Amino acid sequence: MKRREFIEKTAASTALLSLGLSLSSFGTNDIKHLTILHTNDVHSHIDPFPADDPRNPNKGGVSRRAALIESIRKENPNLLLLDAGDIFQGTPYFNYYGGELEFKLMSMMKYDASTIGNHDFDNGLDGLYAQLPHATFDFINSNYDFKNTVMDGHVKPYKIFNKNGIKVGVFGVGIELQGLVDKKLYLETVYNNPVEIAQDMTKLLKQEQKCDLVICLSHLGYKYKDDPEKISDLKFAEQTQDIDLIIGGHTHTFLDKPTVVKNKAGKDVLVNQVGCYGINLGRIDFYFDKDKAHTNQGTTIVV
Amino acid sequence: MAKLKKYNGFLKLFVIFLTLFSIFSCSQKNYNLNKIEGKQLPVTENAGETATIEAFIKPYRDHINQDLDNVLAYCPETLDKSTGKWQTSIGSLLADICLQRGNLVFKAREKKDIDLCLLNHGGIRAILPKGNVTTRTAFEIMPFENNLVVIALKGEQILDIAAYIIKEKKPQPLSGMTFTIAKDNTAKNIMVQGKPLDLNKTYYVATNDYLANGGDSMTFFAKGTEKFDLNYKLRNVLIDYFKEVDTVVAPKNVRITEE
Repeated sequence: MKRREFIEKTAASTALLSLGLSLSSFGTNDIKHLTILHTNDVHSHIDPFPADDPRNPNKGGVSRRAALIESIRKENPNLLLLDAGDIFQGTPYFNYYGGELEFKLMSMMKYDASTIGNHDFDNGLDGLYAQLPHATFDFINSNYDFKNTVMDGHVKPYKIFNKNGIKVGVFGVGIELQGLVDKKLYLETVYNNPVEIAQDMTKLLKQEQKCDLVICLSHLGYKYKDDPEKISDLKFAEQTQDIDLIIGGHTHTFLDKPTVVKNKAGKDVLVNQVGCYGINLGRIDFYFDKDKAHTNQGTTIVV
Repeated sequence: MAKLKKYNGFLKLFVIFLTLFSIFSCSQKNYNLNKIEGKQLPVTENAGETATIEAFIKPYRDHINQDLDNVLAYCPETLDKSTGKWQTSIGSLLADICLQRGNLVFKAREKKDIDLCLLNHGGIRAILPKGNVTTRTAFEIMPFENNLVVIALKGEQILDIAAYIIKEKKPQPLSGMTFTIAKDNTAKNIMVQGKPLDLNKTYYVATNDYLANGGDSMTFFAKGTEKFDLNYKLRNVLIDYFKEVDTVVAPKNVRITEE
């Protein structure tokens, strides 16, 4: 009799204790908001398109993009600004200055990281290396092995950002260079299978480093209608797991909204790309909490 | 009673364990990703401008514009790639000057002559408008960083070139070679540098590195026995030509005829 009473009491106090804990450490005020802003395939488009441009009149422009980014930073300073490659090539700014101005302006806008696109090899590995001092942001790629090149040690396989308590793991995948980029430009750069590399990266970032969010910067291309076997962001998303967001590039794909793909583990992964030439800025907002009741509820995706 | 007391002690420990466990698991527990919102923001004039960025770009822009607007030559008529079934004036001009200027480099380096030049219709990115020709014009026509290369091809592959042009039905820029398209859609009377095609001879064919690597399905270049990169950008070929002449002279001679 007494024993039962005690157990009941104990159970009650345990419940009370955990309730108390929930209230203190899992309180409703502990919501974290992280904003990801992203671009891809800007291709040296520093000035806006002229008003008489047949396709993109009066669109884009770095000065305007900088203003837009700054206004969003004011709204939420907890922000990561990322690019998915092909910063180089497309206007005389690149032909004259080799990417110097592109990197300097991205640094002024406080980009956090970029991956490497095929056109970033256009002035060769030496050409890319020469511009690195102008970039204050990191270059992230996990599937190019630069070991026997001048770029060795200048490209990170991944980076973990701590944004106001949220651990964000970012890694990057690049497209097969053979047949796309002249060998004399990429030299001894070795292309590794992006899906296999992603397995190592997500194991490290999600399982070992316990990142709250894993982002992949991809220059694989969104989808290849005429070559369905070729690895693309949509296929990559299906064949991997523990990635929350894939920021893509290469195919200059304009999407109405980010695509939601079921990954290998049956979970949702977001794939986004915002066309090209700095015409658009992608914005993805992530809201986190520590409310235990939400643990198994999954994530609401509003796109 | 004594038994129960002992049990109590265990339970107390258990409660402490549970409590510690829950605290521990709380601190270790990652954040739950609760909601994601995605959207695309257009970059337009509504965003406003950033004065520091504008001021930073200006000297670069001014320098480029000054250089690009430098008048190099005069063009008496607009040359357009959309006027001609099997050849266009702008295409023929490009192929001719690539052959001529490329040969200056090739001859000096290899002591050989380029026999013909084949480029791609799709690679001509703008018209050459009537009026003053500037460096900007060259950048608009040839925005890519393609280099001029020379491939050594057997006579057999020259047949492939003719077959390719007929199959693609486009006025591909061609210089140094002429032929007739027969009624059965095959090439005949193929002449290179004014002489009939010799299937056993090696010909030196100028093109750009994109096409030499199989771009636009020009697979015959892969059969080349030698490859020479002239390290001469096609755009610079064009700029050097414009600098050399006062007036652009569009070639009018016919390279491909239909029977």
